[in-house]
Amino acid sequence: MRIITFAKRCAKEILRDPINLGFGLGFPLVLLLLLSSMQANIPVSLFEIDTLTPGITVFGLSFMTLFSATLIAKDRESALLQRLYATPLTGVDFILGYMLPILPIALGQTAICYLVAIPLGLTASVNIVYAIIGIIPMAIFNIALGLLCGSVFGVKQVGGICGALLTNLSAWLSGVWFDLNLVGGIFEKIAHALPFVHAVEMEKALFSGNFEAAALHFLPVILYSVVTTAAACFCFLGQMKKQ
Amino acid sequence: MQAIRTIELVKRYKNLTAVDKLNLEIRQGELFSMLGVNGAGKTTTVKMLSCLTKPTDGDAIVGGHSIIKEPELVKRLIGVSPQETAVALNLSVEENLKLICGIHGFPKEKTKAKIRELSGQFDLGAVLQRKAGKLSGGFKRRVSIAMALISEPEILFLDEPTLGLDVIARHDLWDVIRSLKGKITIILTTHYMEEAENLSDRIGIMKEGRLLSVGTVEELNVAAGTNDFETAFVSIVKEAAV
Repeated sequence: MRIITFAKRCAKEILRDPINLGFGLGFPLVLLLLLSSMQANIPVSLFEIDTLTPGITVFGLSFMTLFSATLIAKDRESALLQRLYATPLTGVDFILGYMLPILPIALGQTAICYLVAIPLGLTASVNIVYAIIGIIPMAIFNIALGLLCGSVFGVKQVGGICGALLTNLSAWLSGVWFDLNLVGGIFEKIAHALPFVHAVEMEKALFSGNFEAAALHFLPVILYSVVTTAAACFCFLGQMKKQ
Repeated sequence: MQAIRTIELVKRYKNLTAVDKLNLEIRQGELFSMLGVNGAGKTTTVKMLSCLTKPTDGDAIVGGHSIIKEPELVKRLIGVSPQETAVALNLSVEENLKLICGIHGFPKEKTKAKIRELSGQFDLGAVLQRKAGKLSGGFKRRVSIAMALISEPEILFLDEPTLGLDVIARHDLWDVIRSLKGKITIILTTHYMEEAENLSDRIGIMKEGRLLSVGTVEELNVAAGTNDFETAFVSIVKEAAV
């Protein structure tokens, strides 16, 4: 009951912010439409709609990091959290209350991306459902990363770190916009040590029905998801104690 | 009967002692003001008493429970209206009130009744559907205090409730606070002498984390040998510096 009440409030705060909606849902769709148009004029295999869409859905999740980080940082600065800390809400209530409402938003964003891509030529199959479900671990990673950043940084810092740095990092190191093999070297190694490229490859594999390939990339994604969630809980509970 | 008793309560931040061996007793049902200039330790004291900050040393008994050993029980007895306006800005006034009702596990009917009661008490009827972020400072504070009262607390902490408000909004809020007097124990922090003098049953004057003097306005005036409370406050604070 307490968690649901708090989670509802968090969902309302996010969904009533037009900038959140504009960037979170609009920006990935704009990219999808733009790159599809480019692909129609100058064919590049990387931007073929069946390859591009799974990548865009993973890139779109970086906005979930921004949503959760901004919400928590704002709450901390507005003293609302101070009030709520003096209520019977527990640490677990707070963490789940912040994370749970963003998960359906992430799944909704992913589903919209796939739906919009169908008229653009995306192969419609049941694999889309698997791809939407399969994005959950990466969505949790992104939401937890937001919880972590929101617990440590202020609103202005969160805007820079999650809004600019993380969205760019997740874009460059995911292999969505260019083939990482072409860059090679340490850049490629760093990319493979992080979860973004694995999440994109897992999505592509799920979408194409190649579950064996998807399983290979599942492990690093789930590992990052678990570790980041644990770190986020630690940081959130730490700042809660400090309050 | 005592609502709050602090026992050698201390809070240290690295080299700074924010609250220094505070021994204080607050009676049930009284409005007790903690008065002091900025940095006196008022907010830190409220944070410790409301279990938001752990003391470095000492303890306090709030509503019969230790803030160290039984913080969860203490939290059930108290309401807090923090110094800054602590409302969810994108939610309407009604949604803010519902949020706190839900957190305290109120059923639907009780939630409705509570919102009706508080919107009447705090004159919020006309703004119930407005987003809290669009309200004036005075109304935000009213909502903030109403939210603190939802759990029907035995003890209410009001941290600088009129800070930054214009004179009309301040007087309106004083009326609201006066309407609560006698029903619950209220601990109010302020650095406005006029506010402490107008509202309080008793006042504790703090400076640099220490409690310098406690009493009614009359008792503090007598102790300082003056008829004017502002002069009494200045005298007590300055004497402590000598």
